[in-house]
Amino acid sequence: MLLGKSQIDPGFLASTARASGQDTLSHCYQCGKCTAGCPTAFAMDYKPNQIIRLLQLGHKEKALGSRAIWVCAGCFTCTTRCPCGIDIAQVMDNLRIVARQEGRTGQGKRAVLFNELFLRSVRRNGRVFETGVVAAFNLKIGKPLHDTELARFMLKGRKLRFVPVRIRKTAEMAGLFAKRKKG
Amino acid sequence: MRVGYYPGCSLENTAKEYDLAARLVTNHLGIQLVEIPDWNCCGATAAHSTDHLLAVALPARNLVIAEEMGLDITVPCAACYQRLRTAHRELTENRAVAEEVAGVLGRQYRGTVRIHSLLETMADVGFDVLSAQVVNPLKGLRVACYYGCLLVRPPSTGCDDPESPQLMDRLVETTKAEAVRWGYHNECCGAALIFGAREVALKLVQRILRNAVDTGAQVIACACPLCQSNLDIRQGQVNKAFGTNFAVPVLYFPQLIGIAMGLAPRDLGLETHFVDPQKALRIVSG
Ligand code: SF4
Ligand code: SF4
Repeated sequence: MLLGKSQIDPGFLASTARASGQDTLSHCYQCGKCTAGCPTAFAMDYKPNQIIRLLQLGHKEKALGSRAIWVCAGCFTCTTRCPCGIDIAQVMDNLRIVARQEGRTGQGKRAVLFNELFLRSVRRNGRVFETGVVAAFNLKIGKPLHDTELARFMLKGRKLRFVPVRIRKTAEMAGLFAKRKKG
Repeated sequence: MRVGYYPGCSLENTAKEYDLAARLVTNHLGIQLVEIPDWNCCGATAAHSTDHLLAVALPARNLVIAEEMGLDITVPCAACYQRLRTAHRELTENRAVAEEVAGVLGRQYRGTVRIHSLLETMADVGFDVLSAQVVNPLKGLRVACYYGCLLVRPPSTGCDDPESPQLMDRLVETTKAEAVRWGYHNECCGAALIFGAREVALKLVQRILRNAVDTGAQVIACACPLCQSNLDIRQGQVNKAFGTNFAVPVLYFPQLIGIAMGLAPRDLGLETHFVDPQKALRIVSG
């Protein structure tokens, strides 16, 4: 892995370890087991073991700016197999969270947009209104007719709802979302 | 047996046939499902990749409701299952998180609820009891049981061995169908990426379908609405992207069990699949 010059943030390893609850993050000895079993490594710029190495070296910018954290499917194969007991999937989650808080989501625009629309729906209804979220997403990415053949199929099977199901106590949702960190 | 039921949002929408089959089959077996009143979304990937507190607080509300009613919970969706289990773990092991969540929720979770996947709840009935209910044995049907990720991983929340799970295979075998051995039973289908990185997700689906077909499976069984819809309704897109011609029916495991118990295909929602499973099932039910 050629790193070239970039800003080093020596504290990033410790802060990621703390936020993700991974005391053994510094123990990674690059065995590569996480990457070997990772189903999406083929599409990553930095492989999971390299992401961990970037953290150890303090390359915050590179880790947060990677495409890897957005093609991670959160499958926990890496976590299951790491000999150092590192929950790599959880680390990936934390990197996504920090990337979003710091506005560095250039590589994950669609994922962030989808998550945002999803959570907005949950906040409003207490449950996610799938039809509404998908329609809004397709509109925003400029493909309003994305998946129309699927929509037709779901209509036939009466799988599409046209009005959201709302829970009774939607007010409680506001409470749960109140402390959500901005980003 | 009386148990709390957390269907999750997908079962009210795109996976309503899973809800139908789960309710019908459990009822047939004498399990009383009590839907958690006023349950809310578990937050799924959207919450846990966005905010840690929210990712615990959303499932926590459901846990508290179940706890107040003295109910354990059974969960048909792998993703909801894993979110509820993870929240339970955090709330019982991490004091700081527990206090913060109690603050936004206005209620304290004592940690008394046991959370099971629908696979476990069905297995609890007993494999022999299930076998005894079979009136329409699925002899000759080769089934690839697909577990995916979140039912079995991470090991701290999984309901079966993370590398070689057996629960679904054993349940399906009670119908007299053959559960084939195959390598992709716990590989990720990429459902979480279908909006964020579709080309990657389709590749994962393609690999799983390929492996199932190569093993000689006639149908795939699964225990998650996200896996099912990803493997079933994306087959057209996979065929287009990779020049393949897959047409593998993907069923929910209670649908297979229901058919074997002689329940009506219509009541089990068999006509709502993208790839029609009825032809494959006719092989066995004549
Ligand atoms: S499996 Fe663990 S120790 Fe091995 S490279 Fe990955 S993170 Fe490092
Ligand atoms: S959780 Fe992410 S990084 Fe780990 S194996 Fe799965 S896709 Fe790869």
